[in-house]
Amino acid sequence: MKRLILTTATVLALGTVASAEEVRVYNWSDYIDENLLAKFEQETGIALIYDVFDSNEVLETKLLAGGSGYDVVVPSGTFLQRQITAGAFQKLDKSKLPNLENMWDVIVDRTEQYDPGNEYSINYMWGTTGIGINVGKVAEVLGEDAPTNSLDLVFDPENMEKLSACGVHFLDASAEMIPMALKYIGEDPDSHDPEVIAKTEAVLMAVRPYVQKFHSSEYINGLANGDICVAIGWSGDVLQARDRAAEAGSGVEIAYFAPREGAQMWFDQMAIPVDAPNPDGAHKFLNFMMDPENAAAASNYVYYANGNKASQQYLAEDVIGDPAIYPDAETLANLYTTTPYPAKIQRIVTRLWTKIKSGT
Amino acid sequence: MRRALLILVPYLWLLALFLIPFLIVFKISLSDGALAIPPYTPTLDLSAGWEGIREFLTDLDFENFVFLSTDDLYWKAYLSSLQIAVISTAITLLVGYPIAYGMASAPDHWRPTLMMLVILPFWTSFLIRVYSWMGILSTEGYLNQLLIWLGLISGPLTILNTNTAVYIGIVYTYLPFMILPIYAALERMDGSLLEAAEDLGCSRITAFWLVTVPLSRNGIVAGCFLVFIPAIGEFVIPSLLGGSRTLMIGKVLWEEFFNNRDWPVASAVAVILLLILIVPIILFQRNEQKSREAEE
Repeated sequence: MKRLILTTATVLALGTVASAEEVRVYNWSDYIDENLLAKFEQETGIALIYDVFDSNEVLETKLLAGGSGYDVVVPSGTFLQRQITAGAFQKLDKSKLPNLENMWDVIVDRTEQYDPGNEYSINYMWGTTGIGINVGKVAEVLGEDAPTNSLDLVFDPENMEKLSACGVHFLDASAEMIPMALKYIGEDPDSHDPEVIAKTEAVLMAVRPYVQKFHSSEYINGLANGDICVAIGWSGDVLQARDRAAEAGSGVEIAYFAPREGAQMWFDQMAIPVDAPNPDGAHKFLNFMMDPENAAAASNYVYYANGNKASQQYLAEDVIGDPAIYPDAETLANLYTTTPYPAKIQRIVTRLWTKIKSGT
Repeated sequence: MRRALLILVPYLWLLALFLIPFLIVFKISLSDGALAIPPYTPTLDLSAGWEGIREFLTDLDFENFVFLSTDDLYWKAYLSSLQIAVISTAITLLVGYPIAYGMASAPDHWRPTLMMLVILPFWTSFLIRVYSWMGILSTEGYLNQLLIWLGLISGPLTILNTNTAVYIGIVYTYLPFMILPIYAALERMDGSLLEAAEDLGCSRITAFWLVTVPLSRNGIVAGCFLVFIPAIGEFVIPSLLGGSRTLMIGKVLWEEFFNNRDWPVASAVAVILLLILIVPIILFQRNEQKSREAEE
């Protein structure tokens, strides 16, 4: 027993010594080219511990519990803004981030909305929330003239009833789904008015019986394997499903559409928690990810646009040239962003969302 | 002195591993949510001395419990979990009893092997086993492929993401917890009792119901508790295999905590879940003890 205690103590002691050489990164699932992780370790000699999550809410719970142990986390814009208010992040030391000069002013200006002066965060990726479909199955169920580029596909109960036969997944993210439903009924997607928000209940309740699952990452495999035929999802995730399906050669063809009514534009921002064990290493990781070639490698792999202007020359043609990833000016004008809900409204939204998901 | 020490150990265990964590959860259930680290207020500030503690206590209230009672979601979730747990316990018993019976009546030299077969799945991670069910039950999964190949069905069945999948998952996962205690009870049974029953004119089936089942009662009760208690709060199985219609309190608890980031309400849900579980168990135990004393 005594020996066991001694060994445990030694391991713990070694652990604290070794932690100076570690960077712990907490990022979204399926969201990086894993070669970059090895490259970072090689270039810096710092051990990289990389964990993944699939919802902003889970990340926020860990951050606000304190002592998450992570050095770099990647929340989306509105969540970042809330977490800055809660005091969850430390200001970036920009002297340690020479690669900041590579960042794209268009995106930097937009992220100011969440993080004034971009003092706490830098952009990792940005994209849109839209609809992924299995082209063949949707045509089979709804016919060739199915409204694939419209919210009608997922919010019109008639279409959904037919689609339920081949499987539909919705994102389990109220901050994306409520604005989308508001857009569908012609309201301001960023509305904070409880009465306006309540109108989405009828829209979503009418289609929920036909939703097989509310989940924020299973749809990638679901679409790729042909288990489901429609998913409300994030642009790059759907495009990853498209590629996995193509690689598998099973004849499943996946396509992504940003709805013509307008799609939500979101920004995933890298930030350093206030209690990060190794902020110095965290800065090195941020700087590494802002290297144009590394940022391009990440985008080429995950099919999301990044906020790095200098990386664009290294982007593959099917990334920079795909309007689903780098939207043209017309689509860009049609994108909307949202702002965080105040606490009271947040509770109404989350309760509404639970009600929709559970049917009660 | 030594006896006191012996009694003290289990109580210390209970205090450290049950009572203190419970009080922490209970305390959070009385506070209010906040956008801060930690995400609730008030937090106990010991440096302010008695004044701080008094202030802290006055800020606590039962608002979250009132909220739970006004919203029917929670009651529905408790009831639905209860239903799922009761049905899966019953199925597990129906499946597990014959297996345990077969094991206990197998020749002696076979028993270690049979025992091994029951325990073997535990060598793989529980999560991986549940994930493999996703592969089996999905629309394009092995089960549907097999059934279509056999010509039993024409189109794939939707099993994954339904309550059926949850039942399959729970029964599969907890089956060993049912088999082992029943097997232990049956193995200890004196075989001559059955012979005596038959000598006295019982048919084999009546002897089974009149002798074997009552003698394995303790094993059945232990097995049912071992399945029922974790099943009612189960989170992993319903979230991986269940669909949008599956309503279980474990999932609601997780959502309150992680999706809604409302720790106080999540804690209130947990406190009530504990009460729902503990009160009937204590009543049952008490009843058992009384009937045992009456027998003696």
